[in-house]
Amino acid sequence: MLYMNNIKVKVNNLTLHYGINPALKNIDMEIPEKMVTALIGPSGCGKTTFLRTLNRMNDLIDNIKIEGEVIVDGLNIYNKDIDVVNLRKRVGMIFQKSNPFAKSVYDNVAFGPRINGISQRSKLDEIVEYSLKQAAIWDEVKGRLHNSALSLSGGQQQRLCIARTLAVNPDIILMDEPASALDPISTAKIEELIHELKQQYTIIIVTHNMQQAARTSDFTAFFYLGELVEFNRTEIIFENPAKKQTEDYVSGRFG
Amino acid sequence: MDRKIKDKIVESLTGISVLLIIFIIVSILAITIVGGWPNLNWAFLSEFPKDGMTKGGIFPAIVGTAVMTLIMAVAAVPFGVITAIYLAEYASESSILAKTIRFAVKTLAVVPSIIFGLFGLGFFIGFIGKNIDLILNGGELKWGQPNILWASLTMALLTLPVVIVSVEEAIRTIPKDMREASLALGATKWQTIKKVVIPGSVSGILTGTILAVSRGAGEVAPILFTGAAYFLSDLPHKLSDQFMSLGYHIYIMSTQSSNVDATLPIQFATTLVLLLLTFSLNGIAVTLRYRIRKRAR
Amino acid sequence: MRDTQEIEKSGNKVIYSEKVVVSFNKKKFRFSDWFAEKAIKAVAFLSIAIVILIFVFVFREAFPIFRMDKSESASGELLVQESYAGDEALNEPVKTTDNQVDNSNKVQATVVKPSSTLFSKTWMPVSDNPRYGLWPLFLGTLKVTVIALLFAAPVSILAAIYTAMFAKPRVREVIKPVIELLAGFPSVVIGFFALMVLATVFQDIFGYASRLNAFVGGIAMGLAAIPIIYTLTEDALTAVPKTYTEASLGIGASRRQTAFYVVLPAAVPGIFAAVVLGTGRIFGETMIALMATGNAAMISMNPFESVRTLSATIGAEMAEVVFGDTHYSVLFLIGSLLFIFTFALNALAEFYFKNMVIRRYQSKK
Repeated sequence: MLYMNNIKVKVNNLTLHYGINPALKNIDMEIPEKMVTALIGPSGCGKTTFLRTLNRMNDLIDNIKIEGEVIVDGLNIYNKDIDVVNLRKRVGMIFQKSNPFAKSVYDNVAFGPRINGISQRSKLDEIVEYSLKQAAIWDEVKGRLHNSALSLSGGQQQRLCIARTLAVNPDIILMDEPASALDPISTAKIEELIHELKQQYTIIIVTHNMQQAARTSDFTAFFYLGELVEFNRTEIIFENPAKKQTEDYVSGRFG
Repeated sequence: MDRKIKDKIVESLTGISVLLIIFIIVSILAITIVGGWPNLNWAFLSEFPKDGMTKGGIFPAIVGTAVMTLIMAVAAVPFGVITAIYLAEYASESSILAKTIRFAVKTLAVVPSIIFGLFGLGFFIGFIGKNIDLILNGGELKWGQPNILWASLTMALLTLPVVIVSVEEAIRTIPKDMREASLALGATKWQTIKKVVIPGSVSGILTGTILAVSRGAGEVAPILFTGAAYFLSDLPHKLSDQFMSLGYHIYIMSTQSSNVDATLPIQFATTLVLLLLTFSLNGIAVTLRYRIRKRAR
Repeated sequence: MRDTQEIEKSGNKVIYSEKVVVSFNKKKFRFSDWFAEKAIKAVAFLSIAIVILIFVFVFREAFPIFRMDKSESASGELLVQESYAGDEALNEPVKTTDNQVDNSNKVQATVVKPSSTLFSKTWMPVSDNPRYGLWPLFLGTLKVTVIALLFAAPVSILAAIYTAMFAKPRVREVIKPVIELLAGFPSVVIGFFALMVLATVFQDIFGYASRLNAFVGGIAMGLAAIPIIYTLTEDALTAVPKTYTEASLGIGASRRQTAFYVVLPAAVPGIFAAVVLGTGRIFGETMIALMATGNAAMISMNPFESVRTLSATIGAEMAEVVFGDTHYSVLFLIGSLLFIFTFALNALAEFYFKNMVIRRYQSKK
């Protein structure tokens, strides 16, 4: 059932404290490769915090304590000897509010390859074009690659951020409510994009929009107050959940 | 009725204060313009003084001021930018080092300008310069006396806080999520600073530099005895030369010139030039800063 | 999505077929990062070193004055009876031509320890028996500062009240930058204005003898302090929560009453800090003092007499000292005192300003 694909990320007994407050409690989860896993739950349930533990973005915050393991491709990323910078090249992230650099479209996408040492113009051109095409935005920006990224619309900026992440060629793409700030048409475009991308990438997406989770994901994890309440195939979570809490949430009784 | 009269009186009093200040500002400007404008022409700006300072132009003073502030900026800006980067990107707010550095910057900002001059004289000239002479020239006096290098370095110390504050402010307006985006793409901290933070703070660096230059052009106390001179027949050619400066020129000419009537028009015109210079620099810097703050919203 | 498939067809997937797997299992040492951090920290640390250096150096050069007592008094002998004694001689106005000290009165006096002359009432460093009495300088600085504050503080505060409490927003947008323009005037320009214009105007109005005196200098210094006091007071007033103002107006108080009985009291710590900072600025101001105060080190309560301030003394006499001699050390001593004073004033202002911020947040319950 769950194990048709390989497991890309295995989370063992993950607990996270902000100071003395536990934000995540004993999370156990197996995230399959090249599928879309959605994280749902009411505000403050810890889903974004959990997402950020997968690429160690929580390291940027002071006063955080993490126990347990997050195993990516067989390696616990919380080992002392892990190179976090390289980890983030394998695990990319799209943020809730699009955050393109104050540079041109081209330079935004080329940013990743450049810091990885690729400087040959022709190679960069290829990567930029390919990434923008994968992000389904090439046609819209191909004539203005050297315009400022900030001149694009909100939806375009977010797709640009996706292209930027793709240019680094990660295995896993984390998405933190990528369409929450966007209009319905842009949202639809992004959902379509996610559907395409999962053929090549493992995608983990946080969303507060249940219909979006039901539409786009293969697996769904329901979080509540820092705990993983239930994790299963999306159809099961939405149509026949095992826990009453899950059923209450997905049927809209609270949240 | 009684209260309304009180209201009116008090409001008028405060309004008059505003008018008084504005009146003073306008008067200073007006008098300077009236006294100086007639003499302001291309010849004045491009010629050397003649006839014992009673005729001619202030070209060397303009050049001296420009060169001095240039050297000052070269010394102060990189130092200030790096310190600002440290304060904004590397220092954790609670660390002792960060607190001490902020304290040091604040102290530098309130030290009277004459103290810098004192330090410049005693330390740069009397200690460093003298020792350079001892080591390099066998005691012959070359660096152990006032010159444009020491004056510029002294002025650089004075304007350092200005640069640091402006640059740090600009760095802090760069949103956190841009840094996070960079890190999430697998960039290191230094790569993020080099490729995202610094390019984004260029306007702040410019603002700080311009403000520093404006301050440097206007302050006279620090260069009184570290390098400024009045009667120079030539432009400064080497770092060990002395130089003329607009502010110093005004000071000496107005307090020690032997022929007040003849030099009065020159005094006014020089003052006008200095004012125009300072104001335009400040105006540019303020506009830049306004744009930086607008971007932050 | 047709675009992607087209790429696949034309074989442009080359880049990704050579996919390099980035391994993250061992921490990589990145030299540029390590170096950048160390270098940046070192440079930032230098700023501390500079302040300490300035502090130590200025104080160090002042110190020898106490050592010099030994070498000079060894050869000291009673020469001539002291006739330039303290008070009586100084009651006569010392005639000054603009900015030039008249030394024609100097007479020989007993050789005394230089450091003991620090407390005498005579500042006469250039003479056969130099005296380094600091009192005239202190008094001069005090006179100028008091006059400056008496002029600048009320004017700035009232103007700030108008700007923050009475002016319409459009008007405010104009007034603030214009007054802040005053901060952009170099002090040598204000000094020039005082020397050329104010001195003549005031002498015509008041008809006193010395054209350049504490009054002229004080007013001019006040001009330099106005932007500081004004800006900070205006900040302090606008920092008072709008709810105070609204509550007061809501119960029918006039704007004037609101301003003076509600907002002003709440802003007092900030206004105090503003005045203190303005004072600090005046204390350290050199060029205006050199150009407009007459530069005569004398003791007198008359505001229309010439004075010498501490900073002007340094500015005027530093050029003519020999490195390391007594006069040199005394000037550095004056510098040290100035350093301490301005530092203390600034610390005081910070203390009050910080309290104001804390109080404001606390009251926002």
